[in-house]
Amino acid sequence: MKNSELSTCFQCGTCHASCPSGRYTSLNIRKIVRDSVKKDVSDANELWMCTTCFNCQERCPRGIKITDAVLTLRSEAARKGKILPAHRKVCKFLIETGHSIPIDEVHITIREKIGLGSPETVYKYPTGLKEIKILLRSTGFDELIKE
Amino acid sequence: MKDISLFLGCLIPNRYPGIEKATKLILERLGIKWSELKEASCCPAPGIFRSFDKITWLTIASRNLVIAEEKNTDILTICNGCFSSLMDANCILKNDSHIRNDVNAHLKKINKEFIGTIEVRHIIEFLYKEIGPHDLSKFIEKPLEINVAVHYGCHLLKPTKERKLGGFECPVFFDELVEATGAKSVQYESKTSCCGAGGGVRSAMLETSYKMTEYKLERIKKAGVDCIVDACPFCHLQYDSGQVELARSGAVYDIPVVHYTQLLGLALGYSPEDVGLHLNKIKSKPFLEKIARTQKTSHVAYLK
Repeated sequence: MKNSELSTCFQCGTCHASCPSGRYTSLNIRKIVRDSVKKDVSDANELWMCTTCFNCQERCPRGIKITDAVLTLRSEAARKGKILPAHRKVCKFLIETGHSIPIDEVHITIREKIGLGSPETVYKYPTGLKEIKILLRSTGFDELIKE
Repeated sequence: MKDISLFLGCLIPNRYPGIEKATKLILERLGIKWSELKEASCCPAPGIFRSFDKITWLTIASRNLVIAEEKNTDILTICNGCFSSLMDANCILKNDSHIRNDVNAHLKKINKEFIGTIEVRHIIEFLYKEIGPHDLSKFIEKPLEINVAVHYGCHLLKPTKERKLGGFECPVFFDELVEATGAKSVQYESKTSCCGAGGGVRSAMLETSYKMTEYKLERIKKAGVDCIVDACPFCHLQYDSGQVELARSGAVYDIPVVHYTQLLGLALGYSPEDVGLHLNKIKSKPFLEKIARTQKTSHVAYLK
């Protein structure tokens, strides 16, 4: 996201009025995107209150890719180590199992009961999981989410 | 059109396997040629992984895409999150040669290469385009006499420029597929609003996410429906678990949550157990009795 695109915003507030999260949280999408042009917003908790529903981006009369900007701001924050504990946990699941929500004993039993075997995913195929681990090392993701 | 590989993702096989079973039943019944996408991983989840590192998100997504390319099949998703990650990644990798080269440099380490030969589909737009509501209704054996609240979910529709499924303010294609089963899609306020789960909000800020869920549930309740019909296991989880949590603080909604593949399964004559409705947290007896009346058989045994 180029700052020049963000600076075409004329502060109409359509984005904030369309935000399902802003109705309940301190996320003011208009403000955080404006602030990001002038300063580092990596510490702002509000960055993580966006559900990425894309309402703001769809309705922006300037056509600014607002949700995409939030994703960019988040990755800048992540590179500075600003990763919430719950998100770090999900990332570790991916590294360990190839899934962000791994299967558990309860659901292995349920699958058997309803006539489904093991899911045909990396869970069943260790070679596939090995490939995931190689790729996550290659992109530096395991380093990124290290505490 | 190529044959399809079914992409399971995480939530469906690992938390709501009933949706996986319903999907396989309806694909067989409709005569759609499909196979498993063996060795697939997490899509990976767009809300979290796309937020952290775009190249990692694209690389893991591209591996799933390449498995389908090697089989020469398109990918069929039954989750809006998987659809979002895989479709967006496929689109970016096909159109941006610099990013494609970066990602292929990583893929080379596992002897894979993204070429860009397949499409990513979502069960709702797939059934709408490849069969259509009119022809789908010819398969219906037990027309469902129920009123439902359709929840599209954000990433089935948006970003609209990439999805190419029309506008997101008042879409109708999902409603038409629902009505092909005999059910009536009841209009309600803020129908296309978010369930509250996406973007990593559910995992990191559960209470906040449920405030958004309750906003939707209040409006769905007011519409007086028999159930919610969704197209995404993450929205499904949010409504299903959300109602359990909200009931603890006295807000009882008791609205069953049904994935479209399960709804269609019922209309094709499968029992609620066949399509895994008993695996939901919200088990509403009046709803199951109504389905049983519609199907003229008794399927409420498991509630006893």
